[in-house]
Amino acid sequence: MTEDIINFIPQMISFFSNILNVLIFFPLLGVLIIAFVPREKTQVLKALALIFFLLEAFFSLHIYFHFTNTGVIDQFMINLPWIGAWNIHYLLGIDGVSMLLVILTAFTMPLALIGTWNSVGQGIKFYLISLLFLETGMVGVFCALDLFLFYVFWEVMLIPMYFLIGIWGGENRVYASLKFFIYTMAGSVLMLVALLYLYFKAGRTFNLLELYNYRLTSMAQLWVFGALAFAFAIKVPLFPFHTWLPDAHVQAPTAGSVILAGVLLKMGTYGFFRFAIPLFPDATLYLQPYLIGIALIGIVYGALVAMVQPDMKKLIAYSSVSHMGVVMLGLFSLNQTAMTGGLYQMLNHAVSTGALFLLVGMLYDRTHTRMISDYSGLARLMPVYTVFFMIITLSSIGVPLTNGFVGEFLTLLGTFQANRAAAIIGATGVILGAVYMLWLVERVFFGEPKHTHGLGADLNLREVLVMSVMVFFVFWMGIYPKPLLNKLERATETVLLKLEDEREMALLTEQSSVTGQSGTHWSDLRPLVLSLCKMP
Amino acid sequence: MEDFIKNYCWLIPVLPLVGFVFNGLPTAVGIKLSRAYVYTVACGVMLLSFLMGVGVFFTLKALPETAREFTNLVWPWIHLEAIQLDIAFLIDPLSSVMILVVTGVGFLIHIYSTGYMREDKDYARFFTYLNLFCFMMLILVMGDNLMLLFVGWEGVGLCSYLLIGFWYEHKPNGVAGMKAFIVNRIGDFGFMVGMLALFWALYNTGHATLTFTKLKTVVWFLQPQTILGVSAVTMICLCLFVGATGKSAQIPLYVWLPDAMAGPTPVSALIHAATMVTAGVYMIARLNFLFTLSPAALGAVATIGAATAFIGATIGFAQNDIKKVLAYSTVSQLGYMFLALGSGAYAAGIFHLTTHAFFKACLFLGSGSVILGMHHEQDMRLMGGLKKYMPITFMTFLTATIAIAGIAPFAGFFSKDEILWQAFARAVHGPKVYYFLWALGVLGAMGTAFYMLRCVTLTFFGTLRANDKKTRELVHGPHKDHHGHHGDLVPHEQPWNVTLPLVVLALLSLVGGFLNVPYIITHFFGGHSSGLFNEWLSPVIPLQAHHEVSSLEWVLMFKSVLVAAVCMYLGYKAYTSWQTGVDRFVKKFPRIYDAVYNKYYVDEFYHAVFVRGVLLFNKCCFSVDRYIVDALVNLVGRFGAVYSDIIGWFDNFFVDGLVNGSGSITDFTGAQLKKLQTGNIQHYAYGAVLGVVVVMILKILM
Repeated sequence: MTEDIINFIPQMISFFSNILNVLIFFPLLGVLIIAFVPREKTQVLKALALIFFLLEAFFSLHIYFHFTNTGVIDQFMINLPWIGAWNIHYLLGIDGVSMLLVILTAFTMPLALIGTWNSVGQGIKFYLISLLFLETGMVGVFCALDLFLFYVFWEVMLIPMYFLIGIWGGENRVYASLKFFIYTMAGSVLMLVALLYLYFKAGRTFNLLELYNYRLTSMAQLWVFGALAFAFAIKVPLFPFHTWLPDAHVQAPTAGSVILAGVLLKMGTYGFFRFAIPLFPDATLYLQPYLIGIALIGIVYGALVAMVQPDMKKLIAYSSVSHMGVVMLGLFSLNQTAMTGGLYQMLNHAVSTGALFLLVGMLYDRTHTRMISDYSGLARLMPVYTVFFMIITLSSIGVPLTNGFVGEFLTLLGTFQANRAAAIIGATGVILGAVYMLWLVERVFFGEPKHTHGLGADLNLREVLVMSVMVFFVFWMGIYPKPLLNKLERATETVLLKLEDEREMALLTEQSSVTGQSGTHWSDLRPLVLSLCKMP
Repeated sequence: MEDFIKNYCWLIPVLPLVGFVFNGLPTAVGIKLSRAYVYTVACGVMLLSFLMGVGVFFTLKALPETAREFTNLVWPWIHLEAIQLDIAFLIDPLSSVMILVVTGVGFLIHIYSTGYMREDKDYARFFTYLNLFCFMMLILVMGDNLMLLFVGWEGVGLCSYLLIGFWYEHKPNGVAGMKAFIVNRIGDFGFMVGMLALFWALYNTGHATLTFTKLKTVVWFLQPQTILGVSAVTMICLCLFVGATGKSAQIPLYVWLPDAMAGPTPVSALIHAATMVTAGVYMIARLNFLFTLSPAALGAVATIGAATAFIGATIGFAQNDIKKVLAYSTVSQLGYMFLALGSGAYAAGIFHLTTHAFFKACLFLGSGSVILGMHHEQDMRLMGGLKKYMPITFMTFLTATIAIAGIAPFAGFFSKDEILWQAFARAVHGPKVYYFLWALGVLGAMGTAFYMLRCVTLTFFGTLRANDKKTRELVHGPHKDHHGHHGDLVPHEQPWNVTLPLVVLALLSLVGGFLNVPYIITHFFGGHSSGLFNEWLSPVIPLQAHHEVSSLEWVLMFKSVLVAAVCMYLGYKAYTSWQTGVDRFVKKFPRIYDAVYNKYYVDEFYHAVFVRGVLLFNKCCFSVDRYIVDALVNLVGRFGAVYSDIIGWFDNFFVDGLVNGSGSITDFTGAQLKKLQTGNIQHYAYGAVLGVVVVMILKILM
């Protein structure tokens, strides 16, 4: 007993000598400390939370500067037994993609908090605790390499988000949070089933790195891929599972929207990249055309619907559907250029859409309306705000030298190699994006100035500071993307090599099936897939 | 000197960027800058940039012809396994010409703007945008790869958008800016697809690149390839040309340019006449080695160009806004440039681009001067007689008009005649359809001479109509009488910073043509030069083989000058002594007049079909979301709610019934039992005895 206590401290030290553990548990320390501060001391609470977020962001830089770009998931690994009876491990590790996503998360949080400093009045303590919990969940999701651990973090992250929408949301928050919950729960359940199936099939292991070397039969791959893809598709969101997003975004408090757009949506595409594609290469190759098709529908459909939204937040929410379609298009073109572009587009979307939500939030704080028709000639009334909005708009529609362009262009370039028609349809997003965003700008900022009720002064220093950081990222990622692209590209190599093996295997099977030795030939599955896809 | 230029030519675009930052950053955060600071910075960087451009020109000139090409790498941009793109600038004769045009005309227009915008409250913002535009335009013409060209391409579109909507408080200006950007984006979509296709086709051959110098050497590999059954080269060229129709306002995407006149006049001159709209011409000339491989694509370019040249000229007949006339004239002149490109005479296209930059900028700036002099009146029906009030403006405007009409020896004569002759020559030696295109070009030239003289006559000759109440009511309607309370309007000449650029540009439109005297004329005087300009460009654009000097060329040349002169005379007469005849004609054929006046209703058609159609379709899509997808989700939700209601009912009446039931039983017994607790020790003693008795009895019984 005493020995345990004596050992405890060195064990703790060695545990937290791994940076990923620090990043995951540091926000929880914040929760612990904040819990002891009386709820009336709102400023103290906010300051404390901010310090934790800022420190976390600072710590996250460590993984950038001490990162070795090997291309495989081997950085900052840690492996501890957790639930021995079930062979569940506490297994963490990152590659270039998860590294950037962790940093993205760590930077989104403080910016979201500063950007919405005065937006939340009531229940600020619980609000901050939710945000800190959320950060733990999100960082955990991007680092976990044990599927069970991944699932735990995944759920941990959903609950605070549910609270954020349900408690601090707008008028219609109950409906929105319920919808969010129904959708994500449905996905989670299927995901759990899929993970358990994989666990038992592969000989009782949740270890992702081991599972990478295990192959299910083609048929089983389809089912498990389907279940996982369903969960991820809801998160992305892919058409037709996207309708929770506009409601959630519109109702969520600004910080919630920023995190939702900036990080949570990325979990869907990250899931595809990390789990669905490399674990089930047969199914991926098989379903590729259909997933590309859905991604294209998302791009065009999201943009078209965005055009007719009267509510700014809803418009941006639908534009997210369109942008995330580009990410999916890149991922499922299954070549290096497109995948790198798609992954890059994930980061871009976080910056530009996150910033747009912040901007709309700043306006909403003043006037309490998000209706486009309530504004006119804002450029004269809030010139500084206008400059920021304009720059972010340009990033969102992918004007060259902003971040949006690099991702979009590389995605389309790669997609063109894979499927020419898909690239051409995807490129129409370039036109449509310009239409809905510029029309928004035209209606809100141009024209005769209209003094909307509550519209006070232009942006204050705090708001300018936050937006300046965003603008810095917009240009940095657009003008000098090379270091980031390098890391993403190496990571795609590993995934694509797995697919390449599979392609060769498939060719071999095809040859052996000619001699009649093979069991299930994978092209036998086509009718099944078709019937699955024809279902609404 | 040479080393300096080679290492520092990135300064040419970066200088305007510096100006943009120095003026833009303080303005963005709301600091009010003094006008002197603003124009010193903005014009200063342009002047430096222009001087650098001159330096580049002389550096190149000092080099042997084959060595006139170098690349200035700034930094690596996108480096992936499949594609390497750098921010790097290519200096060669073609880009040097473009640099001179952009910085030279740009500098003049900056000077002009200090006068034109002197009373504007957003003075600093204007120069910020203008500098940014020059930066982007220089990126466009100096980029060493197609991607970087595209960067500038989109960038100038952005600046155009910002500057058209410069006076955004007036709603239509913002809308016009948006229209320009979106129509351009449709073109950019084509450009992008073309670029993707080009890269893909080259990737298949293992020679993937987008860098111009490398493209030139690997473009041959494209020939056997096909896309969708069509030759890849043709497909790529056509897609890129779609981009050019957007940026350079050709059929069917020209509709944004006339609306773009909503921007301040210096913008119209710089962006929408001299530089940005010629980007498409530059792009095709830059990729001449690619377009040459596809006669079909060249045919398309020439056809669209000739058609636009003709249609643009006819619309010019019936416009009353002086800037609108010039806008359609620009559309038409750009058509000529494309006709040149489509005829394989790339150098002629670039030459017309250059002279057009001189005379059209001069015309636009002149119209700006007129507009200022007329206190922001743009309708020509209210002008007239300005010759007397604004002599410098009149003289320069007239010079530029003669130049655009193509009268020898003004600049337009040399450049336009070269184009028509090249089209004709191609018809002689190649596809006969070029005869038809040539004829369209000639008709367009006649139209140009006519409507330009109409414009000059209405504006400068006759007597001033602005103070005529009846005309004013006719133009602005009875209630919109702007000048009624000002008393009579007296036009006045503008200060030096407005007139100086006019004079310089007018001189250039007078003598600019001698840069490229055609072979036939030099030959006549005993020389062999095929034009200095053509020769200068020859490392980039190969010189065309000489056809023999034919008397036909002389004949055509004289004929076109003669025709232009006649049309000018007609244009003058029609709006002076034959005015009543014209009016009668308009009254007799109202349909024709209305159609021309309303620009053949193309805008209305686009609006009805595309704008309305798309919006309607979008609403349908949104209904899918609301009434199908969400209905399903809500159904699931509703089902859940009903289910939970049932569960809740079960809980309330059954489970809770049990729970509450047991609770109330306990309650009841407790209530009864508590009566036993009297506090009286005797009662307890009884109780104890009673208990003992009960136990005993039980013991016995059991």
